Amino acid sequence: MNTEVCLPPNPVEALLRTDRMPHIWCPGCGIGTTMNCFARALQQARLDLDKVVIVSGIGCSGRVAGYANLDSFHTTHGRAIPFATGLKLANPELTVVVYSGDGDLIAIGGNHFIHAARRNVDLKVICVNNFIYGMTGGQVGPTTPATALTSTTPYGCPEQPFNLPYLAESAGAVYVARWTAYHVRQITHAMVEMFRKRGFCFLEILSPCPTLYQRRNRLGDGLEAMKYYKEASVTRHGAPTKEVGISFQGPIPVGKFVDIERPTYLELLNQQLARTLEAQYTGCIEDHVRS
Amino acid sequence: MKADPRGVLAGVHFLDGDQACAEGALAAGCRFAAGYPITPSTEIVERFAQRVPLLGGMFLQMEDELAASIAIQGAVWAGAKAFTVTSGPGFSLMMEHIGYAAMTETPCVIVDVQRGGPSTGLPTLPAQGDMMQARWGSHGDYEIIALAPNSPQECFDLTIEAFNLAEQYRTPVLLMMDEIVGHMTERVVIPPADQIELVPRRYTTKPPADYRPFAPEADLVPAMVRAGQGYRFHITGLTHDEQGYPTTNVAAHDRLVRRLVAKIRNDATRLTRVEEHFLEDAEVIVLAYGITSRVALRAVQMARARGIAAGLLRPISIWPFPEARLRQLTSRAGLSGILVAEINLGQIVREVERCVGGRVPVRLAGHAGGGVHHPQELFETIVEMAQAVEIER
Repeated sequence: MNTEVCLPPNPVEALLRTDRMPHIWCPGCGIGTTMNCFARALQQARLDLDKVVIVSGIGCSGRVAGYANLDSFHTTHGRAIPFATGLKLANPELTVVVYSGDGDLIAIGGNHFIHAARRNVDLKVICVNNFIYGMTGGQVGPTTPATALTSTTPYGCPEQPFNLPYLAESAGAVYVARWTAYHVRQITHAMVEMFRKRGFCFLEILSPCPTLYQRRNRLGDGLEAMKYYKEASVTRHGAPTKEVGISFQGPIPVGKFVDIERPTYLELLNQQLARTLEAQYTGCIEDHVRS
Repeated sequence: MKADPRGVLAGVHFLDGDQACAEGALAAGCRFAAGYPITPSTEIVERFAQRVPLLGGMFLQMEDELAASIAIQGAVWAGAKAFTVTSGPGFSLMMEHIGYAAMTETPCVIVDVQRGGPSTGLPTLPAQGDMMQARWGSHGDYEIIALAPNSPQECFDLTIEAFNLAEQYRTPVLLMMDEIVGHMTERVVIPPADQIELVPRRYTTKPPADYRPFAPEADLVPAMVRAGQGYRFHITGLTHDEQGYPTTNVAAHDRLVRRLVAKIRNDATRLTRVEEHFLEDAEVIVLAYGITSRVALRAVQMARARGIAAGLLRPISIWPFPEARLRQLTSRAGLSGILVAEINLGQIVREVERCVGGRVPVRLAGHAGGGVHHPQELFETIVEMAQAVEIER
């Protein structure tokens, strides 16, 4: 009996390294969902995909670079942003996306995050926030809500988590949004907006970790997480980021919080050099840096 | 390939080693540097930051040495030649990214102007205490290339050489300066651009469909690509196959790590550089590198003036270590011992002992850092070593 089912081709297949499937993510994990949104956003934005580069750090979300059919770099833990900074500044015609997790970007890489935002390096930073270190087995992270159980806070997390949109805005990001893995259309739309904007853009996506966060906290599976995202999310475009912190299973303010204009690092650098060096400054970095 | 004349400040100059190093980088075609200020290396990037905008390049001051040592690698994959400079504490922070560059075969140059350690140690004073860290500091197995200049002229020359070796072998190359060499001002001759030979990046000529990022060529070094050219390549610090894809296959790991080591180890003879003085009939060989080699030469000359057959062997390439030459020198008759002088309490002396294998006595003249040996003190040790043999005879 022939049981083969003919399925229509996946519309985002061209953007995936199908020769690397199956991927490593657990059933119910939200990272794949965000990656689907990413692929669709790349298609919608009509970018020249040969000029789009994705840079990841280490962790579950750090594996996104390896599955994207783009020039891709899986760097060291926490250092995706400084790697991407060098890449972008040495070749400004590239669209550079940093795709990583909350632990990677905000704990070990937190210093780089705030400094790249301060400089307004033209990077599109996508942070998949699952409240926990997934790859290493569910330890407490800088976004773990207070009181949540993790493998290294078995009696409940005593720490105050970072409010990521507030941190990003304070440090100087020109675009700040938050959605959850439930909001696939909004994620895609936000990514398209980031591709079209110049400067340090930040998108936080809450994403379920059924294996470690959900299970240890008795919050059910991936589907339960989606129900929570659906019911607890409150769209608050333009909300003051100071007010969008998240508590354990509390309401989730989502939306686009920041969308401002500010010259990028390269624009400021070129302006400064042209003003100071006048005729001696023969040109813009991009023409000369590459050997 | 000849150097771009715009970057070459041809002529006779009076420069310190740090400034000469910056000029070497510019002459080598480096147009991107990232760094974090640290004494006594900062003058290198200060000069670079002043000069490079006029050449269309940039210096980026990062938030720490971890950022600096990975930002240069991002720039390299965008097509730039890039370097970073640091000293002890910063060098310690860069270790993970030396490993990343070795694993991803990213050509780049890292300059360590050594100061007294451990920890913050003696920020303004010299040492040679990072020599074994240079070789073994990042985790896992890899080979490294490290050069040790002993003058501002060599800071210029060996910086160019470091960039060339980085491109040739697709590996990080370390320039192991020290505070005195960095801050000592001497005559530096910068040749015209048409006399400076550069090794261009080894870009693939294959179309994307045929290209495998880590498929080695005959010399075990794979051809490179840069981002934005349509190759859709993947780079990872994880163990990877020839396609660049992560793998946990032990056989693939074995193949990769052995190749990373072999591409340098197999060429050790070609990579080895030494300077020799009075070795033909030497009974006592002083082995010293960097600034210590200049003090040691004085001690050797003092010994010669007293009729003692002393000689100097100066490794210019520290890694790979000039093992073959040392074996050759120590296998002949008439040698009474080797005196290793270094500004640490015993690092390269261990390598010497390994190479010599007990054939002749090896003695250490150590110094904890903060200054150089006194030539008189080395001279006295040479005399003692020579006399000890006389008594035995």
